[in-house]
Amino acid sequence: MATAALPVERETYLNSSYGVKSWLLTIDHKRIALLYLIGVTAFFFIGGFFAMLVRLELLTPAGDLLQSDTYNRVFTMHGVVMVFFFLIPAIPAVLGNFLVPLMIGAKDLAFPRINLLSWYIFMLGGTISLYAMITGGVDTGWTFYPPYSSTFSNSNVTGVGVGVFINGFSSILTGLNFIVTIHRMRAPGLTWGRLPLFIWSHYATSVIMVLGTPVIAITLLLLVFERVLHLGIFNPALGGDPLLFQHLFWFYSHPAVYIMVLPGMAVISELVTCFSRKRIFGYNFVALASVGIAVLGFLVWAHHMFVAGISVYAAMVFSLLSFFVAIPSAIKVFNWTATMYKGSISYSTPMLYVFGFIGLFTIGGLTGLFLASIGVDVHVHDTYFIVAHFHYIMVGGTIMAYLGGLHFWWPKITGRMYPEAWAKLSALLVFVGFNLTFFPQFVVGYMGMPRRYHAYPAEFQVLNILSTAGASILALGYLLPMVYFIWSLRYGAIAGPNPWNAAGLEWKTASPPPTHNFDETPVVTWEAYNYDELPAHEEVPIAG
Amino acid sequence: MQDSHATAVHALQHHFADMEQQRETSTFGMWVFLITEIMFFGGLFLSYLVYRLSYYDAFVAGSSTMHTMLGAVNTAVLICSSLTMVLAVHNAKMGHRKLTVVFLILTMVLGFGFLGIKAVEYHEHWVAHEVPGPNFHFDHPDAKHVEIFFSLYFAMTGLHALHMVIGIGLVSVITYFTWRGRYTAGYHNPVEITGLYWHFVDLVWIYLFPLLYLISHRHGGH
Repeated sequence: MATAALPVERETYLNSSYGVKSWLLTIDHKRIALLYLIGVTAFFFIGGFFAMLVRLELLTPAGDLLQSDTYNRVFTMHGVVMVFFFLIPAIPAVLGNFLVPLMIGAKDLAFPRINLLSWYIFMLGGTISLYAMITGGVDTGWTFYPPYSSTFSNSNVTGVGVGVFINGFSSILTGLNFIVTIHRMRAPGLTWGRLPLFIWSHYATSVIMVLGTPVIAITLLLLVFERVLHLGIFNPALGGDPLLFQHLFWFYSHPAVYIMVLPGMAVISELVTCFSRKRIFGYNFVALASVGIAVLGFLVWAHHMFVAGISVYAAMVFSLLSFFVAIPSAIKVFNWTATMYKGSISYSTPMLYVFGFIGLFTIGGLTGLFLASIGVDVHVHDTYFIVAHFHYIMVGGTIMAYLGGLHFWWPKITGRMYPEAWAKLSALLVFVGFNLTFFPQFVVGYMGMPRRYHAYPAEFQVLNILSTAGASILALGYLLPMVYFIWSLRYGAIAGPNPWNAAGLEWKTASPPPTHNFDETPVVTWEAYNYDELPAHEEVPIAG
Repeated sequence: MQDSHATAVHALQHHFADMEQQRETSTFGMWVFLITEIMFFGGLFLSYLVYRLSYYDAFVAGSSTMHTMLGAVNTAVLICSSLTMVLAVHNAKMGHRKLTVVFLILTMVLGFGFLGIKAVEYHEHWVAHEVPGPNFHFDHPDAKHVEIFFSLYFAMTGLHALHMVIGIGLVSVITYFTWRGRYTAGYHNPVEITGLYWHFVDLVWIYLFPLLYLISHRHGGH
């Protein structure tokens, strides 16, 4: 057992000061990233708990574990917690927060205090939402559609709405901080064409956060006004128009899908180059594809509303525009694949997650094209086909990339390696568990099983049992990293500054980095991913 | 001069290379924030336009109850406050501490003036039963949609008033620090970006005033 402490007490961001106060009042982006890691992980397991309840109920056709009212609350809270408090902040606020300044050779984000403020806003919004969920729950679905949400629901829509509204400002401030940092804080010589693609993707994500989030904020505020003050905005009985809510909601919430997946793509670009020992194939295309996804993402929102009563012509235009999103997405997938071509690939854990991401994202993306076609969409609307599709993107894409990134940068964050064998096992469990959970849902959805019901006809039971079995494997795959990551904090092998021999400025400083990141501000004279100039990384030491 | 240089170095935060970078960064940050504000108000403007197109007569009827004179006076008050804000920023740049304080205080006074007049208008609507809710009453065949007009009116002007309150709060903090001599000709960026925010809030009103008070008059036949 390698239990040795760090050989020489070097000052790092972890040991520069001690005590709860030094963490809760920190303005160091690396410590704030760890605060986010704790918060986001807690919400992930809360959301996961609700997911397990859903899967357990669906084990049998009859409603036996949960009645319909409870079931409505459980799937809604699963959605709200996972979307707003896990998927949206996960990669940007944890990995992005930690890495954006390091990757561009800066000492910190542009506004360190605002960065801390955004964590507090996140925790406040999350706490209010959780409190509202405990004292009444919410049963509207994560989409909060009125007039049900504003008038008829007897659950605590107001509390959850206010929580999500507050949380939005944390997202806005994070995006603002990233944009300004990337524009103004780059190290000398680090031109836009030399930026890691992680930065390009986070830039695109931040643009969506800054432009989209205020719109959902005002929409939820109007919804709360309607519910509390009876202002007629969306409820037809008060003269309002529920379609307006859906337009405003999806104007943010469709781009929000790209807030979730673009940072995942950011991670994949870093990982695929490192473990193929090659330059990225088509740097400019991958970089601009991120921006392209961000722009197109704002033009496709009404494909969520094909059956909501929008005009046929509007539906046709939105259908066509939705197909366009496939172009930049496909550019990315093809370029990652081309990067691997003739590379010297090593099968370390982060790379296993890359393979998982590319496969699952491709399936999720292609089924997205089915749904962009109006005819197919009308047929499978509100079935498990949709559920499977967006879980392939959000869970198969984003969470795969998040876990891959956590493994890849874990030695940088903590200075310790994770246990490779266990990590490979958990990557395998996640991949198998995920597919077993969600692939049957494509089938059962296509056969016509509607989403959001606690009971279903008996002929769907076999596929639902498969799905629930998969979810248990998936849960194990998610719990395992939590255990061995914590284990590695004490017992993991000591990682050097650059255990993967990776390119990128973050690997040119110590692990864990000092508080001020770099002893000397780096001057960049090379392109990103110059792997042809770097030696291959040695066999990764396996602790234990 | 020696003194102001020392203050400037003192004001440099640890993660910036020099004052120039710090100044550019905070100004850019405020601009990005203002873009988010445009999107925030944008949702309301969109709702207003959609319903105005759908329920034209009701919106004209609602709009014709607006006290145009008070609205016009308030517009003038806000434009004057923008002028005093510009003069405050200019004097901060020149290093005239006392004049900066005077103009910042004038800006706040005008801000309070705006809120006072707005409160008078709100009171008039309240007395006339034009506040949406159980007490709402309006003689119009399409009273339900007139109520939507008033819902949006209160949401938009209320949100704008909230921004005014935040603006006055910011200006008061800046005034205090200016008075304490924290800003110099070499370091006055907080005054400048507070000015940016103030002008933005004024600008929102420049759109609200015609949209809520004026455009219906031409077609409404009043």
